[in-house]
Amino acid sequence: MEALTPPIHARKRLTMMNKKLAAGFALGLVLTLSGCASQKPKTLYGWGNYQDQLYSHFKNEGNGHEAEIAALEENLQKMRARDEAVPPGYHAHLGMLYAAAGKDDQLIQALQTEKALFPESTAYMDFLMNNYRKGATK
Amino acid sequence: MIAGKCKALAAAVLVLLATGCATQPQKPYDYAEFKAARPASILVLPPVNTSAEVIAPYGVLAQATEPLAESGYYVIPVSLAAATFRQNGLSNPDEIHELPAPKLREIFGADAALYIKIIRYGTSYQVVQSETLVAAEARLVDLRSGKLLWEGSARASSLEQQQHNSNGLIGMLVSAVINQIVNTTSDASYKMAGIASHRLLRAGNPNGLLHGPRSPQYQKD
Repeated sequence: MEALTPPIHARKRLTMMNKKLAAGFALGLVLTLSGCASQKPKTLYGWGNYQDQLYSHFKNEGNGHEAEIAALEENLQKMRARDEAVPPGYHAHLGMLYAAAGKDDQLIQALQTEKALFPESTAYMDFLMNNYRKGATK
Repeated sequence: MIAGKCKALAAAVLVLLATGCATQPQKPYDYAEFKAARPASILVLPPVNTSAEVIAPYGVLAQATEPLAESGYYVIPVSLAAATFRQNGLSNPDEIHELPAPKLREIFGADAALYIKIIRYGTSYQVVQSETLVAAEARLVDLRSGKLLWEGSARASSLEQQQHNSNGLIGMLVSAVINQIVNTTSDASYKMAGIASHRLLRAGNPNGLLHGPRSPQYQKD
């Protein structure tokens, strides 16, 4: 009986090793395959329904500013709650809607925010604010 | 035996690793001008529309900001830019696309302008199958030098996902009608435009745009 023990033991160890190896390869395979799968990379900005809102805005052709403002403000709150960066153009677009709804002070504030978040927008934001001031003093 | 199997498996894993996700690119794009210019901000001009769908420019313009911004660029607010053009008596995209680069640079301060042309947009009923198709071309022009930095095209179609089902002709006709209804009522073209826009404007696609300064991948492509 004693003589039989080592081979069984050895066989067990071999299958054990084999299992570990197989597990290792399986893991490698999963890693390899999942590498290609749509591993969603972190986005630079929060978007929410911003683009859908832009689409509605274009389709509305100047109607429904109040509803658009409400939707965008709500979306903005959600972005802030999720600690997401506000995308380019968001504050400026909101500002334009404020102006259309007669909330002129909020227009300037929104354009300033856009400018502070994105210095690339400086020339255009200044152009818009100058135009607005010219219009206001007329 | 076991060792042999292990080796074969290891080899297979290696091959998978080596080939990875790479797809064979077409002719590699010449990015010399792009890399010399390195624009940081992009003005998306109202798209020229050659499709029969009047709403097409809205669907494309509304969904151009996200892929460009996520690629690392500042995008001039598209709704305000369209309004600025309108306030200056320009509502025809063909006219807008003819404006001199220095003038655009002066008003918008953008480094580059994106000229989009919509080739196809909408759902067509084709007896057996209806198809929602969006196809567009784009050119990125440096507003400081007037040079062409990049151009490309992309398309997205509902037929990409649909499998031919074997329900016979009647089944196919019914599904075509249902597709048509679904495609029109849920504004399928708008969704398809989102896919096409990503393919056209998201950096990292084969022969696509390069990443901009706000992306962690900037100057790595």
